[in-house]
Amino acid sequence: MLELALKGTKRYYGWMTFLVVIIGIGFLIYLKQLDFGLGITGMSRDVSWGFYIANFTFLVGVAAGGVMVVLPYYLHDYKAFGRVTILGEFLAIASVVMCLLFIIVDLGQPMRIFNVWIYPTFHSVLFWDTIVLNGYLFLNLIIGWNVLEAERNNVHYQAWLKPLIYLSIPWAVSIHTVTAYLFCGLPGRGFWLTAILAPRFLASAFAAGPSLLILLCLIIRRVTNFDPGREQIQSLAKIVAYAICINVFFFLCEVFVVFYSNIPEHMDHLKYLFVGLHGKTAYVPWMWASFSLMAVGIILTVTPITRKNEGVLAVACTVIFLGTWIDKGLGMIAGGFTPSPLHHVNEYIPTLPEIVIALAVWATGFFILTVLFKIAVGVKEEVQ
Amino acid sequence: MDSSRRRVLQLFGISSLALMTRPVYNALATEKHAQKAKEQMIRGDKALTAKQWAMVIDTRQFESAEDMEPLIEACNKIHNIPHFENQRHEIKWLWEDHYHNVFPGKGARFLSEAVESRPFLVLCNHCENPPCVRACPTQATFKRASDGIVLMDFHRCIGCRFCMAACPFGARSFNWRDPRPFIKETDPKFPTRTKGVVEKCNFCAERLAEGKLPACVEAAEGKLAFGDLYDPDSEVRELIKTNYTIRRKQELGTEPCVYYIV
Amino acid sequence: MKDKKLIVTGVIIFLIIATFPFWYNRGKAAPMPELELTAKAKAAKVCVRSTEYMRADHMQLLDKWREKVVREGDRIYVSPSGKQYNMSLSNTCLDCHSNKAQFCDRCHDYASVRPYCWDCHLDNSKEKT
Repeated sequence: MLELALKGTKRYYGWMTFLVVIIGIGFLIYLKQLDFGLGITGMSRDVSWGFYIANFTFLVGVAAGGVMVVLPYYLHDYKAFGRVTILGEFLAIASVVMCLLFIIVDLGQPMRIFNVWIYPTFHSVLFWDTIVLNGYLFLNLIIGWNVLEAERNNVHYQAWLKPLIYLSIPWAVSIHTVTAYLFCGLPGRGFWLTAILAPRFLASAFAAGPSLLILLCLIIRRVTNFDPGREQIQSLAKIVAYAICINVFFFLCEVFVVFYSNIPEHMDHLKYLFVGLHGKTAYVPWMWASFSLMAVGIILTVTPITRKNEGVLAVACTVIFLGTWIDKGLGMIAGGFTPSPLHHVNEYIPTLPEIVIALAVWATGFFILTVLFKIAVGVKEEVQ
Repeated sequence: MDSSRRRVLQLFGISSLALMTRPVYNALATEKHAQKAKEQMIRGDKALTAKQWAMVIDTRQFESAEDMEPLIEACNKIHNIPHFENQRHEIKWLWEDHYHNVFPGKGARFLSEAVESRPFLVLCNHCENPPCVRACPTQATFKRASDGIVLMDFHRCIGCRFCMAACPFGARSFNWRDPRPFIKETDPKFPTRTKGVVEKCNFCAERLAEGKLPACVEAAEGKLAFGDLYDPDSEVRELIKTNYTIRRKQELGTEPCVYYIV
Repeated sequence: MKDKKLIVTGVIIFLIIATFPFWYNRGKAAPMPELELTAKAKAAKVCVRSTEYMRADHMQLLDKWREKVVREGDRIYVSPSGKQYNMSLSNTCLDCHSNKAQFCDRCHDYASVRPYCWDCHLDNSKEKT
């Protein structure tokens, strides 16, 4: 089926060239990082994880979000989603690849990465995270590819795929749960030390993932002869509406517990993010922007008139995607590290090289996503 | 049906043959490596041993940062610790900080003036339940079974910095860049580190092996005590018994092994 | 097989590139390196193990040493002949072989291996030679 990705319009090749150029620039800067060390980033002794791990965390969510089209179709026999399940699965593949790349660019000694499997360490959550992420990648590759090929050949997919499909559903939940456990099991990091972190991660995942999927569906309708379908998009929009409400609700639960209990070590992180601490306020505008965007997203997706208007829906999905990205991508990591265990406030500001490397990882993900979607849409067009 | 069964049996036969090659090779090779069995790796006779090393810091005897300088200097020197102007790249094994930073949440509203102005020595606590060891995905940081020191294997560290997120005491540093150009005077007896690995205080494991106390303890001239926490007659136990001591973030259950007499 | 020509050309180009190092370097094989022993090493006559063993397996020995020293704290090596050594690359090996450039590096360069030992372990020989 790969040949479908080779034939395309000028616009398609132009887009791919654009991505390759970004990947190239990012790769050169990554070589610089390999040579100099992670000191070219804004990370420090106090904030020892930054933009890379933040994007990793966010993208695990986007990957898990793909399950929101798989689950209704296979478990509830919601036929309409048959048209878009493959898009969800392929989005998951591209996202997991980005996650793995973000882990690799964050390592101080990337050439030693296989030590994780040479010395498997069952009490380390990071070990389990590599297992669930790679497992999810392969599950989606096997399922997506075979189901699509069956569709192309006009036959039912192989029977042995069924158990794998069922397995992929809890597996999607597991990737984001384990990723949350990376953070919430650490003593002395008051911001993360909360049982609601995994549920909150999942809620924001099920808002961000389907939001991106809606936007991608709208683009596919515009640039190809395949229409993912109005009903499909509307159903996804309802999922987004519920998920973003739950996400904000979980956040407010956190705010209540932290401030009503009045425990300083938990309050200080939220204070730092939303009003600033010790005069350091770099994140304040971002965090308020994040929650304003999510609030706008809630209003637009919950109100039927706005949700049903696809133009407005596109805006709603964009603001939700951006809002959740700022919340999880910027605030979640930096906020957890500030103030430090010794209660110093050293702010983390990502540097330009760091941002370009991150952009290149995103470009790699979008390259893979475009190839996969090109194949999927090509098959759909043939079958029509 | 029949042919496929035959094929399976053939495969089994070939696989078992393949499995035999290793023992056969080893049997033939033993002659060459006959002397191998005789080599031994042992601990030196002078090495100091304990079930769990612990430290007691008598903070009453430190009045100003100058009192601590010789200790920190001794540590930095023998461990080839670099000095960076850029605060983000800082590497610290042993350093000093204020009471309310070392013991956040333990500050009284109107704290004793002496304690408020006194510097406090900070280092890795060599916890009995170290969260960093739990977090490390490669066992590059581990709790040495023989004496409870939490150590780093710099050869194995992949630089994921999970241990830094896990440590509630901020005891760990990462080599954001090659440290060598920033070491004033390298001590030939101890290696430097390479970029991309995490490091921290090692309770001078290399000195204990030679029968010497940690460098900071030696430089402290009695202000620090070092010994076996599980030896009821040790000096540290004596001090803990006869003085009121506190530990950092004891409520987290990591069981730090550095005690402070306030 | 309408692309036969293309495929054959591709295969030929691949083979040329893959075998490039062989025909480019033919007849120019680098000479075996001559290792120099310091006076101290010569006087000692024997290393911690036999010369033959050290030549073939010194990296395995060093790997065992580092495992023992770093992870278990056993720092004394008792060789088969009963002699004791402090297991230390910079302070034991380089004490005798205090000419890293003429001893370690020559062979490593010849074999095109770049051990990263020296990223951390100090080459204390510098001032001695």
